[in-house]
Amino acid sequence: MTTLDLSPAPGAAPLAQMVLAQAGAEVRATLRNGEQLLLTLIIPILLLVGFSKAPFLDVGGPRVDFVAPGVLALAVLSTAFTGQAIATGFERRYGVLKRLGATPLSRTGLMLAKTAAVIVVEVLQIVVLVLVALALGWSPHGNPLTVALLVVLGTAAFSGLGLLMAGTLRAEATLAGANLVYLLLLALGGVVLPVSAFPESIRPLLEILPITALTDGVRSVLTGVGGFPMGAALVLLSWAVLALAAAARWFRWE
Amino acid sequence: MEDAAVEVRDLVKRYGPVTAVDHLDLRCRRGEVTAVLGPNGAGKTSTIEICEGFRTSDSGSVRVLGLAPDDPGLKPRIGIMLQSGGVPQAARAGEWLKLVSRFHAHPLDPSALLDRLGLTDHARTPYRRLSGGQQQRLGLAAAVIGRPELVFLDEPTAGLDPQARHACWDMIRELRAAGVSVVLTTHHMDEAEKLSDHVVIIDRGRVVAEGSPAELTGAERQLRFRARPGLNLDEVLSALPPGSAAKESPAGHYIIEGQVDPSLLATVTAWCATEGVTTEDLSIERRTLEDVFLELTGRELR
Repeated sequence: MTTLDLSPAPGAAPLAQMVLAQAGAEVRATLRNGEQLLLTLIIPILLLVGFSKAPFLDVGGPRVDFVAPGVLALAVLSTAFTGQAIATGFERRYGVLKRLGATPLSRTGLMLAKTAAVIVVEVLQIVVLVLVALALGWSPHGNPLTVALLVVLGTAAFSGLGLLMAGTLRAEATLAGANLVYLLLLALGGVVLPVSAFPESIRPLLEILPITALTDGVRSVLTGVGGFPMGAALVLLSWAVLALAAAARWFRWE
Repeated sequence: MEDAAVEVRDLVKRYGPVTAVDHLDLRCRRGEVTAVLGPNGAGKTSTIEICEGFRTSDSGSVRVLGLAPDDPGLKPRIGIMLQSGGVPQAARAGEWLKLVSRFHAHPLDPSALLDRLGLTDHARTPYRRLSGGQQQRLGLAAAVIGRPELVFLDEPTAGLDPQARHACWDMIRELRAAGVSVVLTTHHMDEAEKLSDHVVIIDRGRVVAEGSPAELTGAERQLRFRARPGLNLDEVLSALPPGSAAKESPAGHYIIEGQVDPSLLATVTAWCATEGVTTEDLSIERRTLEDVFLELTGRELR
């Protein structure tokens, strides 16, 4: 039998080590989860290829130039909102958040780890989607840093919304709700269908959705049609502040 | 109070109209194994979870290793095993334990610990596919991997098969030998009797008895036997030394308490012989913790 030295030698690991370990575990969990991959990679790739090739859209100019930015925004939505909400909801339901709260990893450490994991997965998604889009003949313009800033703002807004949902609803309700919201925002938020395809009367409502702000902002930069998309950035910033504050206020750990 | 691992005074916890913990005092000494016993709903888990920092109290004071339960400095120093769950369903056993080890400065080697608890063959098995007993053992492993000073184990052997239960008991004994304080809740009286230095019996949110297992069960021994129901116990008592007691509970099961020595045994068997009573399963036993527990908390189901 193995002998173990059980004599007390307590101590927390350095914060960076704890956050890295937890973030790594979350990235692995996401990449291993089939449903998550469906939402984060397979559906975005199918939409990118399908709407770029098939003549459904009349957007003026190469279809891939319109579709690629929308699909990049969808990738951010799928990871920061849908994936995070579902994973965190079930972590809460199975007492994982409670158990982690009893380790030296603080709640701040856990949130840093979740954020890091979301960013790592997004970077992987963006790399894959950009390669597919380039293979489809995409010619992006604009400043990549502006796109990165919009992605960060979008990530903050969607993370806030996802955590708000995961921390207040039952896990099953979060599962259903997060998937429904994904589908609705995919359909309504200018991802592959331009917002101009919807009736004039509901357009102002669609334009203040975070997904619409992200798709429009990223699209205007990458198609090189305008300057800095201040309106989109402000909409995303507002969602981020409101959603993160609401999540901080109402999130229940158990 | 340097020597207290846990010091709870006048603790009160209410859930709406229900008072789960009712002015409870609890003291667990350092380096000892303290068993907290009580029927379901007695307030065991509420008390332990307040000590662990998972719940807040309504009033009273709680110090764990001299600190308030929500003190961040406490987390690295205590190890916790929940009654159930706490692990992502898809996480593999070995990866989960390795993850928890990465939160600590001087952890045990995860693979040695898996080996020690018989989980090596299941290191790559997702948590949801482990048996209940394997899940419990993984919970125990995660509680001790950070080499804590104090370990809280909430029903650590619930649902374990005998081999796994003994492995868990060995681990608790080793923790104690290594100077770790252990606080455990259990429904298994034999577990409390075998493992603990100090037993605290809780009922309806209060401590109803505490002491070492020997103190609680007393030095008194009992003579037990089975025979036909309805023996006249007054007759046998008149032949026994004063201070002896006899009862039939349940029908056909007799218990004689008092100075249980060879002469008492001889008196009882001689009386049975003259009455033509055949006795079965005659034995001399110490009162068990279970007897004490049932006397204190009653036999009715809750």
